[in-house]
Amino acid sequence: MSTDSIVWPRSESLSRPFVDQLHEWITTVDHKQLGIMYIVYALIFLVIGGVEATVMRIQLIRPHNDFVSPQVFNRMFTMHGTTMIFFVAMPIMFGFGNYLLPLMIGARDMAFPRLNAFSFWLTAFGGFLLYFSLLGANGLYGAGNAPDVGWFAYAPLTSLAFSTGHSTDFWTLSLLVSGFGSIGTAINIIATIVCMRCPGMTLGKMPLLAWLNLVMAGLVLLAVSPLTAAQIMLMIDRYLGGHFFDTQAGGSAVIWMHFFWIFGHPEVYVLIIPAFAFISEIVPVFSRKAMFGYPIMVAATVAIGFLSMSVWAHHMFTVGMSSNANTFFVLSTMAISVPTGIKIFNWLATMWGGKILFKTPMLFAIGFLFQFLIAGLTGVMLSAAPFDWQLGNSYFVVAHFHYVIVGGILFALFGAFYYWFPKMSGKMCSETLGRWHFWLFLIGFHLTFDFMHIPGLLGMPRRIYTYEPGRGWDTWNLIITVGVVFQSLGILVFVYNLLWSYFRGEIAGSDPWDAWTLEWSTSSPPPAYNFATIPTVRSRRPLWDLKHPQDPDWKYE
Amino acid sequence: MVVLWWSANLAFGASAPYASPTNIFAPASTPADSIFGLSLFVLAVSAAIFVLVVGLLAYCVVKFRKREDDDGREPPQVYGSNQVELAWTVIPVLIVVALFMATARVIATVQNPARTSNTIEIVAIGHQFWWEYRYPGLKVVTANELHVPVSDLAHPTPTHIELLSADTDHSFWVPRLAGKTDLIPNHPNNTWIDPHETGLYLGQCAQYCGTQHAKMLLRVYVQSQEDFERWIEEQRRPAQLSAAVSEGQHIFETTACINCHTVSGTVANGRFGPDLTHLMSRDTIAAGAAANNPENLRRWIQNPETIKPGSLMPAMQLNDREVDAVTAYLETLR
Repeated sequence: MSTDSIVWPRSESLSRPFVDQLHEWITTVDHKQLGIMYIVYALIFLVIGGVEATVMRIQLIRPHNDFVSPQVFNRMFTMHGTTMIFFVAMPIMFGFGNYLLPLMIGARDMAFPRLNAFSFWLTAFGGFLLYFSLLGANGLYGAGNAPDVGWFAYAPLTSLAFSTGHSTDFWTLSLLVSGFGSIGTAINIIATIVCMRCPGMTLGKMPLLAWLNLVMAGLVLLAVSPLTAAQIMLMIDRYLGGHFFDTQAGGSAVIWMHFFWIFGHPEVYVLIIPAFAFISEIVPVFSRKAMFGYPIMVAATVAIGFLSMSVWAHHMFTVGMSSNANTFFVLSTMAISVPTGIKIFNWLATMWGGKILFKTPMLFAIGFLFQFLIAGLTGVMLSAAPFDWQLGNSYFVVAHFHYVIVGGILFALFGAFYYWFPKMSGKMCSETLGRWHFWLFLIGFHLTFDFMHIPGLLGMPRRIYTYEPGRGWDTWNLIITVGVVFQSLGILVFVYNLLWSYFRGEIAGSDPWDAWTLEWSTSSPPPAYNFATIPTVRSRRPLWDLKHPQDPDWKYE
Repeated sequence: MVVLWWSANLAFGASAPYASPTNIFAPASTPADSIFGLSLFVLAVSAAIFVLVVGLLAYCVVKFRKREDDDGREPPQVYGSNQVELAWTVIPVLIVVALFMATARVIATVQNPARTSNTIEIVAIGHQFWWEYRYPGLKVVTANELHVPVSDLAHPTPTHIELLSADTDHSFWVPRLAGKTDLIPNHPNNTWIDPHETGLYLGQCAQYCGTQHAKMLLRVYVQSQEDFERWIEEQRRPAQLSAAVSEGQHIFETTACINCHTVSGTVANGRFGPDLTHLMSRDTIAAGAAANNPENLRRWIQNPETIKPGSLMPAMQLNDREVDAVTAYLETLR
């Protein structure tokens, strides 16, 4: 029976009874099914986090609005931040990594399939635990409530004196549990890339996506571990009489900040490096050219990985560090813009002299390049510590990091969806709906996040549930909220496109984009075993070599 | 869109500095001014890079799009170029060095100011959700409305503020006077200002500190030397008590009010809430959340939730007559 279930192609399994299918999905250790489960799980939380953002934007549409109470607003921004980082961005990146890595390096599964399933379910339960706080946080005493300490949960607001009840405990446990899941997945990704590459694929011939995921997984190991330690310390403070962060007993609030941001800043790179990976696959294929400067791209990524471990305290320029410490973190933060700039120039050089096809994935990739450039420049502004003394914790910062996460990471993700959906489902996405999605979301994004910089420059701090009239913030906040309408429409079109294409889309075939990496050499969707025979490669673009036997890559690399 | 944003940035800096009372591009004190200078430099460099790279991107998109009459052949494959890579590594490094030097200089000037003998020393203590101000040398304690003297260039009288917190993290941010500095329990911080013009400067708490973080507003009154000295004189006097409001005073002093509030010269000596000795000398109540008039004061005493839900002051369950009496008493605290 076990041999049967291994060779069953997916198309047959769809016709089986629902209970059987459900059982298969729940017990699966297949990297493709787990990858899709990560992605679907993240999309559900994306909608939840989006609704939370919408509630906040309605509240802020005009000064002294009373759409929600301050208590509800504070829960909304805490849940929005926590959800989007831990239960949307990370799982969706792990999902794509899980799905694509074995296919792109010519392997039949991840190195540790059971650990893979275990990690997914840990992450999933972490998310459920966070949202169970809505029912369970106050226990027997009354209605539930969600965490309201902010997603970076600065001490001592999280201590029992200021955060009674159990909402903070749900937050802590949820991140602790999903953090173990992330560490498991990171170990798995590293082991897979290091040990499972097909014959001929030396480190220097891996697709860039594999290199970037390797760096990302290394960062997860280094960054999530201190966060996990800090959560345990916080639990000890709250229930076992510890005083790590208890300022009234001599503890240090600043230590929590260090723990959080030594996680928090590499975390940004944990999310953006896979986004770089998508762009590094999409831009060459739709420009019809090899990636320009592959070794430099790898070097720049590794440099970003190392530098990102030394910049965390730029989140703390206002906490009163010495001028020497501030100066050091200015330098390390500015230095990171050099390898990042190199990446942007290499993508442009890849497009240079190509024949660019403006399919939906490429549209999102160009959107990414444009917005990531701006996000980088506002990042340079924030890295100048004195400028940060004005801009830090204002709406300028909120605009900056949404430019990174939405304008950069989410645009790259949408590109990845349109690019790999044919591989995952066997069906093409609708180009027309894809264009509607792109333009609606682009307009909404720019309405919201371009104009969000301005109230920051005019002194509006973040995390306020309402604001005073007469500060010159009113019009900008109105425009920002209007942008939400366009973004929501864009997301609706996106979800509709996924569903419509899944059922009605054109058959994709194994290689709809005329692409060059190994995942396009197997059927769409791939069989459970991925490849009938393990491929052997001689260059970074094995399918280019097959398609152009007279002019193969391996002659030039 | 972004072009719009950039031009809006520049327009705000140059042509309409007072469009907002909290505009960071309208500095009125040395720290804010130094930051403003640096920010213009950083903005200019960023704008130049932006124009260059977006120009390249637009050129690529227009020039290298696949043509209608394409011959169907793949374009020439280029794998890289060490010279080009070296160029776009070295040039950004030089830009970073320039930005870093400019930044390091401003950090040093703002963080390590020269102390003069006529510096005013103030201690600001952040509370959930209000500000306590103590002038140790001048023996004045007040709340929420900070008074400082103007500092003219000929006779500088800078104000040095030590920042403490009684509970959670807060941040002191009056954008036209200085960048923000956090108030962290167990971690004393400092900031300084030397406002060049008299007037009222606004700001608010910039570090999430709990439910009412949004209504923890900052008001800094910059006064001429004479006005400031007169204000200090008034604040040093004990409360002026009047027999006409003894009923209100009695209620105030026999309920939990005095656990948190001080009225100097009476039995009320609580320190959890704002000092009320000269309450009527202030323009606002509830940390700037409402104008200080009898109607608001009455609402606030009756039920603080109506003005500032989540504030730590409890409704004292007084009946209408008692509320009137307490309001009348507080109105005599000039």
